[in-house]
Amino acid sequence: MSVIQELSRGKQGVSARRKGDGRWALLFLAPWFVGLALITAGPMGASLWLSFTDYDLLSAPQWVGLENYTRMFDDPRFLKSLGVTFTYVFVSVPLQLAAALGLALLLDKGLRGLALYRSVYYLPSLLGGSVAIAILWRQIFGADGLVNQVLAIFGVEGQGWVSHPDYALGTLMALNVWTFGAPMVIFLAGLRQIPQMYYEAAAIDGASRWRQFRSITVPLLTPIIFFNLVLQLIEAFQSFTRAFVVSGGNGGPSDSTLLYTLYLYLKGFGSLDMGYASAMAWFLLLIIGGMTVVNFLASKYWVFYDD
Amino acid sequence: MTDASTPTQTAQTTTTAVRPPSDTGTASGSRGTGGRTARPVAVRPRGRRAQARVISLLKHAGLIAFGFVMLYPLLWMLASSFKPNALIFREPGLIPTDIDLSNYTDGWNALLHPFSHYLINSALVVLGSLLGNLLSCSLAAYAFARLEFKGKRLWFAIMLMSIMLPIHVVIVPQYVLFSQLEWINTFLPLIVPKLLATDAFFIFLMVQFFRGIPRELDEAATLDGCNHLRIYLQIMLPLSMPALATTAIFTFIWTWNDFFSQLIFLTRPEMYTVPIALRTFVDSTGESSWGSLFAMSIVSLIPVFIAFLFGQKYLVKGIATTGIK
Repeated sequence: MSVIQELSRGKQGVSARRKGDGRWALLFLAPWFVGLALITAGPMGASLWLSFTDYDLLSAPQWVGLENYTRMFDDPRFLKSLGVTFTYVFVSVPLQLAAALGLALLLDKGLRGLALYRSVYYLPSLLGGSVAIAILWRQIFGADGLVNQVLAIFGVEGQGWVSHPDYALGTLMALNVWTFGAPMVIFLAGLRQIPQMYYEAAAIDGASRWRQFRSITVPLLTPIIFFNLVLQLIEAFQSFTRAFVVSGGNGGPSDSTLLYTLYLYLKGFGSLDMGYASAMAWFLLLIIGGMTVVNFLASKYWVFYDD
Repeated sequence: MTDASTPTQTAQTTTTAVRPPSDTGTASGSRGTGGRTARPVAVRPRGRRAQARVISLLKHAGLIAFGFVMLYPLLWMLASSFKPNALIFREPGLIPTDIDLSNYTDGWNALLHPFSHYLINSALVVLGSLLGNLLSCSLAAYAFARLEFKGKRLWFAIMLMSIMLPIHVVIVPQYVLFSQLEWINTFLPLIVPKLLATDAFFIFLMVQFFRGIPRELDEAATLDGCNHLRIYLQIMLPLSMPALATTAIFTFIWTWNDFFSQLIFLTRPEMYTVPIALRTFVDSTGESSWGSLFAMSIVSLIPVFIAFLFGQKYLVKGIATTGIK
């Protein structure tokens, strides 16, 4: 059903036919080939090269070897931003997926008004990446924001969540969890694909509902869980807008919301340290790629493919 | 979708599942086997049904409450956009005690250009991206779905991998390239890549869709003397409206919300799009005019909301088949 399955199987779409439509293919793929060369692969190579240089856009790049990479690990802000990002990703993604799965399970049972619930829960996913929502978040979790107004009703005195170094990142994580709707829709689609007869057969054999959940739903849903996990992890590592807007563009307070891509932006397009920014970009690619590979390897132990 | 068929199936699962396994002799209910175990059958269904109804009511109440909490921030922002500033900080409720439309007029004119200027800029970028994605991605998808050529497997794998590529890895050289072409502060860096099928997500989506169209159709067309271009134009495209609609809606929403690349490529105020304008608004007014900030945020969300209302079906189908967000 997905990119990931295509990649992991690798066989589909290949025909044994050797008959060539070469010229036609060239025609149809021409825009994509040009894009690949000039917009994707070319710049990728260029940024790899730039990552070994000192480059400020104004003068020619100077080769510095591995210096950018070694500098990264002596840069306290970089290390801080790495820590912030890992916390953000590995706390908020599991919570987001748990919410998505929980709601999908509640909604799947042929509920009346399912389509309406699904829409309501899905809407935040569509809006969550926008500047407008980040602005809203900044107000809600501000000192006089909605959250504190509600807390005040219960006699609790809140604080400026976005301006407190211990809590600011939490507000961004909350935003990420709030957008659980997209993975939820994927879970719902996955649940639909589990044949009803499995449950009927299990019920005849006397399996309890919990047992059915554990022995049918969970195993058959593992490919979807895996897919969502890989996708959401990759996406969370690249979160930018919310950190930028909520912190006012600097990752504050005291760098507590300095997500990786925000620091990359500040380095590259703020202080024009393009070599360093390129090195950071490649390190990010390494992290994301490595994590995805580990995920794939680990999936052999817990993901169950029915077919 | 299968919405229509599920209620009946699930009515069964809930009734069978709620009970302990001992009396689930038949999946379809209790009447049929009545002869053997007359006593429990006569008594249980009523209690069972009442219990199920209570559970279902509680569940709906919970789901509605949860949905309300989820949407509360949005509703509150909408309500607050009609409140005078002072009330925004005092009123957690939804119904404004004092309605003030000046937030909208103030916000509209708060920046260097009227807000309509930024809306038009965003619309232009979206329009270009839409055309680009629809055309270039469907062309590439046709090649992957229907043509045989050397290295197809490899190219296809490359295409799939490029979906996962973070933009940060290419943004610096892209910036250098576009600034040498003197494209910075034009919409070209935002549109031209779409014309070159760099949103590979949509290629994949369309390949999936094209594969589902019966090959017999193209074979018949080939016999009638159609070449690939005509098959693409006259068979594939007309039959792929759902996939094209999904692509269009996602392109619309993503481009409208996109912040990172617009922030980088557009630095002159007259070229600002809506997200960049909003961000400038935050910086220039700070915390002082939340009302008009909210008003313009609402304005910026309206197009996405409309796309959501009208495109729900395609959005849900799109994410379900490709897992895009």
